[in-house]
Amino acid sequence: MRRYFGRKLLIYAVTFFVAVTVDWVIPRFMPGDPVQTMLARASLRPEASQAMQAYYTSVFGLDVPIWQQYLNFWGALLRGDLGVSIWLFPQPVTSVLLRAVPYTIALLVPAILLSWWAGNKFGAYAARRRWLDNTVLPVGYVLTATPYMWLGILLAWALGSVAGLFPIAGGYSFDVEPSWSWAFLGNLARHWFLPFASLFLVGFGGWAIGMRNMIIYELEADYAHYLAALGAPRRLLRRYAFRNALLPQLTGLALQLGVLVAGALVTEIVFSYPGLGYLILQAINNQDFFLIQGAFLFIIVGVLLANFLVDVVYVLVDPRTRVGMRGGA
Amino acid sequence: MSVSDSEELVAATPAAAAATPATVARARGRREALYFARRNRKLLVGLGVVLAFLALAVVGPMVNSHGPNEYVGPPAQRPSADWWFGTTMFGQDVFAQFVHGLRSTFLVGLLGGALAALIGMVVGFTAGYRGGVADEGLNMLTNVVLVIPTLAVLLIIATYLKVRGVVPEAIFIGLFSWPWVARAIRAQTFSLASRDFVDLARLSGAGGAKIVFTEIAPNMSSYLFMTFILLFGGSVLTAATLDFIGLGPTDGMSLGLMMNNAVLWSALPLGMWWWFVPPGLGITMIVGALYIMNVGLDEVFNPKLREL
Repeated sequence: MRRYFGRKLLIYAVTFFVAVTVDWVIPRFMPGDPVQTMLARASLRPEASQAMQAYYTSVFGLDVPIWQQYLNFWGALLRGDLGVSIWLFPQPVTSVLLRAVPYTIALLVPAILLSWWAGNKFGAYAARRRWLDNTVLPVGYVLTATPYMWLGILLAWALGSVAGLFPIAGGYSFDVEPSWSWAFLGNLARHWFLPFASLFLVGFGGWAIGMRNMIIYELEADYAHYLAALGAPRRLLRRYAFRNALLPQLTGLALQLGVLVAGALVTEIVFSYPGLGYLILQAINNQDFFLIQGAFLFIIVGVLLANFLVDVVYVLVDPRTRVGMRGGA
Repeated sequence: MSVSDSEELVAATPAAAAATPATVARARGRREALYFARRNRKLLVGLGVVLAFLALAVVGPMVNSHGPNEYVGPPAQRPSADWWFGTTMFGQDVFAQFVHGLRSTFLVGLLGGALAALIGMVVGFTAGYRGGVADEGLNMLTNVVLVIPTLAVLLIIATYLKVRGVVPEAIFIGLFSWPWVARAIRAQTFSLASRDFVDLARLSGAGGAKIVFTEIAPNMSSYLFMTFILLFGGSVLTAATLDFIGLGPTDGMSLGLMMNNAVLWSALPLGMWWWFVPPGLGITMIVGALYIMNVGLDEVFNPKLREL
């Protein structure tokens, strides 16, 4: 157990290290001077421009040797200092991001968990049932091939613009004050529903198909044939197949995390939902480099944490890993 | 398929009598695959859709005399005989944008998918066949790139590029989407490398590279091909996502960029559906057709999955 987690944690530590290094390297070694780019964009008066240049140079720490710049970067990072936002000057990037994160999590976590659960159940049910399989399979493939933002756009257009059932922009209406009242929570939920639904649907298609394919493989396995030859009921057989197929699906979930986060980002952009994705769009449009770099680190840390959670769950549900670990360590 | 059918297939090969057993078996495998491929509806439908879009991408821009970003007509026109897909807010031809965008889509898929497949194969074969320290090192690299979200890296790279083209975009996508391929190929290489025929090749003095290319790779060629198709689809979706965030090509047109423009200039509240429906539909149909094609190929290559 210790060895398994030790290995995993080492990988995550190296990944974090690489990510931070990338975050530091790219602005410094890409063609073009980021300070000049930012100043050109800001188009300030000359004296203000000079002050800004001095400020940026010191913020980037460009006036010390390169190895010291790197160490300083780590030092600031560990203090939680990701610089100052340019778009929302003079707010620190960290607090801007922390305000957006709850919205993204509120979209992502329910969408991931529910689509994974429902997709697996449904895929297992559809496998080897000819009629259902033949109708559901193409639908599932089309859903999983749909770009997240396009499904979001379609839902916003059909259910929001045309039918008028749901609002299509923002986290809550402009005319309400955030509070813990039912009216506000209801308003929040109505804004939340469409982005959630588009994330859910795309994920659902993918998981259903993955599960359907896994079940078919499992039903062809020797143990399944043996059970069938013994005269075991079909339901029992399918239940065993489902349990075995669930493990690769769990690994698949870990592999898909990055894609899911990307999906949430673009869905937020479609609905102007005030999470990380919308923030990133604003940062790009306003050339807010610090905000983008901060968002990058936030996403990496989030994905690493989620990966670790999946590892823990995997150990909990698969007894073989526990036995193997005890034997190995 | 009955036994006599397959016998006929082999007998129909004129060279079969003179050839060695190995080539007969290989030719027979190929014949059999072709036999099932021609009868597999999923494969044929998927391939048909992809080829239709490919033809549109090749021919479309030739038929259309104006560029995707030219202001050629009255703004916000519905689809009509003059403007097949209508026009944008600024009077650009949506059809011209669509066919040019299709070109970018195929380019990104082909280039990004091929590069990712190449890196994945090199890493996977090396790690799986060499083992030892090389395996440990490559495995660590694979695992690290695997957990880093591709889009996040592309985001930070693209932000600092002032001029962005479709080709660099495809290359960057390829550079970061190979890890799962490397992992799968490594596992398969492991199991194949311990088989008798590989030992035999080693005894006969063949070098590592030669064994990988002549003994191991051909035994998973169908798998490699299907991997490339999945990578193609993945690259297309990643590029669309990146373009939609606003980091698309600065000097061209892509389907993701079309959607980005449509949302940015409020096509949604204005109900200009002809602006945002075609690009998304194009991506969905191409990628969906690729996936369905893959299921068909799986059935062709894997006898267990054939529905008889």
